[in-house]
Amino acid sequence: MTHPLADSMESTVTQQTEPAVPAPVPVVEMRGISIGFPGVKALDGVDFRMFPGEVHSLMGENGAGKSTLIKALTGVYGIDAGTITLAGERVSFAGPAQAQAAGISTVYQEVNLLPNLSVAENIMLGREPRRFGGIDWRAMRRRSAELLAGLHLDIDPGSLLGDHSLAVQQLVAIARAIDVNAKVLILDEPTSSLDADEVAELFRVIRSLKDQGVAILFVSHFLDQVYEICDRLTVLRNGTLVGEYLVDELLRIDLVQKMIGKELTALDDLEHRAHASVVDESDAATFVSASKLGRRGAIEPADLPIAVGEVVGLAGLLGSGRTELARLFGGIDRADTGELTIHGENVKLRTPRQAISKRIAFSSENRRDEGIVGELTVRDNIVLALQADRGWFRPIPKKKQDELAQSYIQALNIRPGNPDALVRNLSGGNQQKVLLARWLAIAPRLLILDEPTRGIDIGAKAEIQKLVFNLAENGMSVLFISAELEEVLRLSHRVVVLRDRNVVADLENDGLTVDSLLALIADGRVASDDEALDERAPAVAVVAVGSGDGPAASAPSTPSTEGDRS
Amino acid sequence: MTKLLEAPTTNRQPRQGRGTGPRGTAPTGSGRRPLAAAFGLLTSPKYGPVTVTGLLFVAIFVIGGFRYRGFFSGQVFLNLFVDNAYLIVLAVGMTFVILTGGIDLSVGAVVALSGMIAASLLQTGWSPGVVIPIILVLTSVLGLLVGLMVHVFKVQPFIATLAAMFLARGLCYVISQSSISITDPTFVQLAVSRIPLGAGLSITPSVIIALVVVALAVWVLHGTRFGRTVYAIGGGEQSGLLMGLPVARTKVLVYVISGFCSGLAGVLFTFYTLSGYPLTAIGTELDAIAAVVIGGTLLTGGYGFVLGSVLGVLVLGVIQTILTFEGTLSSWWTKIFIGALLLVFIILQKVLTARRR
Repeated sequence: MTHPLADSMESTVTQQTEPAVPAPVPVVEMRGISIGFPGVKALDGVDFRMFPGEVHSLMGENGAGKSTLIKALTGVYGIDAGTITLAGERVSFAGPAQAQAAGISTVYQEVNLLPNLSVAENIMLGREPRRFGGIDWRAMRRRSAELLAGLHLDIDPGSLLGDHSLAVQQLVAIARAIDVNAKVLILDEPTSSLDADEVAELFRVIRSLKDQGVAILFVSHFLDQVYEICDRLTVLRNGTLVGEYLVDELLRIDLVQKMIGKELTALDDLEHRAHASVVDESDAATFVSASKLGRRGAIEPADLPIAVGEVVGLAGLLGSGRTELARLFGGIDRADTGELTIHGENVKLRTPRQAISKRIAFSSENRRDEGIVGELTVRDNIVLALQADRGWFRPIPKKKQDELAQSYIQALNIRPGNPDALVRNLSGGNQQKVLLARWLAIAPRLLILDEPTRGIDIGAKAEIQKLVFNLAENGMSVLFISAELEEVLRLSHRVVVLRDRNVVADLENDGLTVDSLLALIADGRVASDDEALDERAPAVAVVAVGSGDGPAASAPSTPSTEGDRS
Repeated sequence: MTKLLEAPTTNRQPRQGRGTGPRGTAPTGSGRRPLAAAFGLLTSPKYGPVTVTGLLFVAIFVIGGFRYRGFFSGQVFLNLFVDNAYLIVLAVGMTFVILTGGIDLSVGAVVALSGMIAASLLQTGWSPGVVIPIILVLTSVLGLLVGLMVHVFKVQPFIATLAAMFLARGLCYVISQSSISITDPTFVQLAVSRIPLGAGLSITPSVIIALVVVALAVWVLHGTRFGRTVYAIGGGEQSGLLMGLPVARTKVLVYVISGFCSGLAGVLFTFYTLSGYPLTAIGTELDAIAAVVIGGTLLTGGYGFVLGSVLGVLVLGVIQTILTFEGTLSSWWTKIFIGALLLVFIILQKVLTARRR
């Protein structure tokens, strides 16, 4: 160990009097782990350990090597150097099946279950109870029903997994992992598709497993959750170990600094600038304007003007129509009512290609399926939209491509800074940056960002937020969608609130708070009986759009899980 | 950094699935209105297509019954099995392959090859008790080679089985350029014998064999770990791997099963024709694929039933029967109908499953 921060590790190691560490022998001990991919050194001599009965968090920015370390532990990747010890025994797994058999269970970030099979099968597959040489379906259902009941998940074990929402699927994945009698349970971003109640539910399960002596690795970008549930954490940065700390002894600000390796002032910076640079409506020309734009089954007719240099945030629940509305602007889906004008001129956007020719770029929330092309290099991904816009018979010269790639890699701090690296080997945050670079390359006048910061770490998030800001200051219009209301409020000049496929409010971001937005999202209007919101009610009421009183707003039975992610 | 928007504060139904209605989680709820239940059944990617096929078969059979005298008899129905026993066996093997998301183009050529092997070995005086096992082993080995090509060398199933198809068809000509007739008493006996079912109805031994194969396949696919892994691979190979399922072994085995079924189908086919001919069964692989798809198995894998494929074969058979009863139409009309039917079914599958999302 030739680590600069080795001393800080020492200090935590000697302090093992915490009740959170019941046994002094680690159940998992990884030493000097190194893994390389073509063009990327993913892990470089990393040490990592977990004790029985603790909740451990692996922290780090995107590209820090968290996923790689997990996959090394679960046998998905082979390691180039180092040793893995499980419960005192040296192990080397040839695949996930072996790791699972040895007691290491994993729930991956993207739910890796089988939508075509029943819930019961997804829980029990690979270790079905058997009778007379065949599967004992009755025992299987009974066992899975017990496991689901343990998670307070009231679904029919015989129903198809694909019929359930992502959140339910996630819990099914956890039910599966619990059933393996795991010594080590790895939860990779388990909460990214869960709502607050479901998170509480999950934490209850985690705590009870912890009491049973299971070592749990909890990986999440949500610092609140990490601080709520974890006992100890390990910080990685750029594929190397920064250190191991007890959560109680590490201030958040220190943690963030260790993760990104520099003073984190970016977010605070933005906070000040947001209020300083609200666009003055009077002298800003409207770039694009939708009037009664709608699509059956997706979004009710809505009005939405976007000024030059304005950041408009769309707030609403999943399925509220926020993505659906943005897709109409991007020409992804065709509107069946209303019209869209650009600088007062009527346009019809039938395909993304037409939108691009009008300099409207749409960056999808579904990064993996609708965004990056994993098999292509960073350079190819960046020039893709520009090339498509030029037409395939006028190829961009290689030299120009290199210049473009290089300049965006630098401007957006894409890591690794190698234009020939395959995008699929990059971390989520860096993939998102490549995607942004692709759209920035066509010099859009309207940039639509659907959940650009989902599932990426705080450093990359700050960088992307800052970028949005600078772009808007330079006259680019931005339509910004995020599930995190703080983020919407921080970035947007105007916030448009959607609910049940209707625009219910269109508000200047002047004194708006998360609470007031929440009230709008929940009720379609500001709750008059809520004392905390009373003073803001008039300001909101003035600008609230009438459709909030429409039938959809009073139709409470719409299932909240009806998603725009399918 | 709380993710506030995923936390609706009113009207939450957090544990509800993405079913068809506010109440629905499972596609086959019992307490629902029959219309909604029927809709749920039809749009289910699992049961929808096969239900449609069943209805279609009944509809065609009833229409035929009204149109032609003598159509509505038990023997006409049983003859669907008699005439298509070999195709049922082929479709069973094909179902395994397609359920994993693969395809097997070699089965028609393998049917011809096993016919040729049978005919030539019997001609030189080998006993049928030796010849049939040899054929089944050889065709299984051919399937094993295809499976290894697909799995180890990551060759696309389309290409791997195309290669096997050319290989098998070529080997037919190596054995003989012309037709070899079979005079072996056992084969002749199996070809002509009828098993009476009473009331003047009868079936052939081939039908029994085919039905045993079907029953075995149903049990394997629904009652064993291997069978569930077949479905799992079709649902998501990567997920299956991460769940620790024996993906590699299973993927190879489905081609072995398809090879075995092709060999067996070849033997049944010689019971039917009593000869081996290098040009026989050209395009039969496509009939088998058509039967499987019409029977409701998604070409992308993961959804489908063996019994659906049997139903698919019966639909193809009943169309042929109708044309025979019609008398004036050329048998090529069968192909046209099957083509149209396939098209309709693929579109139907798309529409029905898209509705759900």
